[in-house]
Amino acid sequence: MNRKFISLAVSAAMAASMFSAAAVQAVDVSEIKVGVIYVGDENEGYTASHMKGIQEMKEALGLSDDQIIEKTQIPEDESCYDAAVDLAESGCNIIFATSFGHESYLFQAAGEYEDIQFAHATGTQAATFAENGSTNVHNYFTAIHEARYVAGVAAGMKLNEMIENGDIKEDEAKIGYVGAFPYAEVKSGFTSFFLGARSICPSATMEVQYTQSWADMAKEQETAKKLISDKCVLISQHADTTGAPSACQELGVPCVGYNIDMSAVAPDVAITSSSNNWGPYYTEAVKSVIDGTELAVDWCKGLEDGSCYVFPVNEKAAAEGTAEKLAETEEKIKSGEIKVFDTSTFTVDGGKTLEDAIAEGGDYAAYADYVADGYFHESEFRSAPAFDLTIDGIDSQE
Amino acid sequence: MSSSEKRNGRLVIHMVKRDTISRPKEWGIRLIAVALSLVVCAIVIYLITRQNPIEVYSGIINGAIGTSRRTWVTVRESVLLLLIAVGLVPAYRMRFWNIGAEGQILMGGAASAAVMIYLGDKMPAGASLILILVLSMIAGMIWGLIPAIFKARFNTNETLFTLMMNYTAMQLITYFIVYWENPKGSNTVGVINQATKAGWFPKVFGFQYFLNVLIVAVVTVLMTVYMRYTKQGYELAVVGESANTARYAGINVRKVIIRTMMISGAICGLAGAVIVSGASHTISTSTAGGRGFTAIIVAWMSKFNPVTMIIVSVFLVFMQQGSIQIATQFGLNENASDIITGILLFFLIGCEFFVNYSLEIYREGKEG
Repeated sequence: MNRKFISLAVSAAMAASMFSAAAVQAVDVSEIKVGVIYVGDENEGYTASHMKGIQEMKEALGLSDDQIIEKTQIPEDESCYDAAVDLAESGCNIIFATSFGHESYLFQAAGEYEDIQFAHATGTQAATFAENGSTNVHNYFTAIHEARYVAGVAAGMKLNEMIENGDIKEDEAKIGYVGAFPYAEVKSGFTSFFLGARSICPSATMEVQYTQSWADMAKEQETAKKLISDKCVLISQHADTTGAPSACQELGVPCVGYNIDMSAVAPDVAITSSSNNWGPYYTEAVKSVIDGTELAVDWCKGLEDGSCYVFPVNEKAAAEGTAEKLAETEEKIKSGEIKVFDTSTFTVDGGKTLEDAIAEGGDYAAYADYVADGYFHESEFRSAPAFDLTIDGIDSQE
Repeated sequence: MSSSEKRNGRLVIHMVKRDTISRPKEWGIRLIAVALSLVVCAIVIYLITRQNPIEVYSGIINGAIGTSRRTWVTVRESVLLLLIAVGLVPAYRMRFWNIGAEGQILMGGAASAAVMIYLGDKMPAGASLILILVLSMIAGMIWGLIPAIFKARFNTNETLFTLMMNYTAMQLITYFIVYWENPKGSNTVGVINQATKAGWFPKVFGFQYFLNVLIVAVVTVLMTVYMRYTKQGYELAVVGESANTARYAGINVRKVIIRTMMISGAICGLAGAVIVSGASHTISTSTAGGRGFTAIIVAWMSKFNPVTMIIVSVFLVFMQQGSIQIATQFGLNENASDIITGILLFFLIGCEFFVNYSLEIYREGKEG
């Protein structure tokens, strides 16, 4: 919990210092070079979505192919440091790395090349580095919890339809969730999804099981089947393959995916998927180097800026009126009418509001700075998700 | 026989084992093999990718030694592979099929990581470095010792035993990660002591990986001397040729097996320290990264000759590093370089046949 305090204090200090830092030297569009380090390649969904974002940036800014150097299949070890240094020496002005475990290695290289900007997706350390004087390190993430909430609404509508049709009883509206690892990124994700679902279907509950891997097709399939045999009537996921939806297709259980439109593998049961769109960030980041303007140490944008979205609803699987309801929810999130982590919509520790739990102290006290005005300020202090509580109604099998 | 056959004789193709072969001829055959393999690779590259093979080759060279930084990475990885191969030499000389280098490396790496995490900032830099080297060798040694004892006492199959020790080591690492992970829940240890660099190999003469090279050079020289000029080196070679002969000659076979595997395991454990303290500064189940198996190829292909082992390690790493560049430059998947390496290895291993055997084609005529 201590780390959280530090990172918060640091973020506050950063917010103050961030805007006063000297502007970066501008670079001509025709001379800029962009380096990207991927953990996988185009055959893997997560990397493919980043590649799409880089492509979008390239087109938006009119860069040529040889201005972008992409390194694929870079593991999360010293190879990432080697790759980052190599990109730096190849003349890149800004270097991105996309996988969580790349962060330390990327920032190690950042220390040696102070004129080059280094940006890391999903990481948490940039603010700390900036606090210690680094001016060229950045973290970025999308406010994916917003899109997940919207996807959750689609799930809630499906549960209601099943209750109305008499397929299940009200107290049987149990969602199964295939998670990768039990830490903030995943927990924030499934909580926002669940809150979206419960905003529509108040009797909904959820069971989460972990695969301990970001992409393990067989294990995700097996975990989905296990959840279904545990009486889960709808499946969602935070893992990168199509394993869970293909199990759902086989067993005829509705599902909500992530990152990929799952209707290709589960045409009868996949309702929709929430997804990241990295294009807006890459465009903004590279443009800031071209213009010589400051790039945020922690960057996070959501539905409003098109950085995350849900795929069009698959009418074959969704409940009636889902598309309209989702559009309405999206608007309410954009306008701020709906706060995803509205503390009046959930309880912790067996029936306490988060505010009360914080007031009581103990482990919950660490969240004090995040909670104000009746909601948990997710991704506002740092770009990566911070909500790692298990709320009542969710059975997280860590 | 018909008259025409009698006139022309029969075409006879013979493979004859060579008694001796001259050095130039031996290396000439290998050179031809390399040349042929490059031609075959070029054809394959062109057929699959339609890229200019010459450019792909120059991309590989550029990736491996194009800048001084790239050269150092190639050196770092080459000496590492060499160190593991050197560690395997005594075991294989003894015909002890140690395929457990992966596990021995991991245990050595875990020992180094533990010192860095728990003691890194509590000790002077020199002392912690020595502790890292010593403990990693002990950890690797224990991992080599266990199958050796079973082999010596109960004549268990060391191939299966050492292989399974690899999986045990991986599970242990998974267990340690639960305690060492940073940040919590991420399932990765991250860079250990990133700020203080405690327990990291220091820069020597301004070179980041100088110490790695130094350690490997010293171990390689010591091992060569041990194998060639010491009684123990001779003993283990005799055990390898025939355990019964060794027994007849009064060699304590059990003792030799245990002693040799302790040395083999210790060097592999040391390789773990060179990886963790000298390069990656982290630990994961993929820290060994298959090097323990690649090193077997290095040791065998070189017939345990240290000079040849250097050449083979550099060659394999050269291709591996080059592959990162061609993946970037031509959008070729890293598998492309695996194909190239595979073709090269096929020719290099295949040519040894022609080093050992000569092809004789002649007609069996009346005069024959």
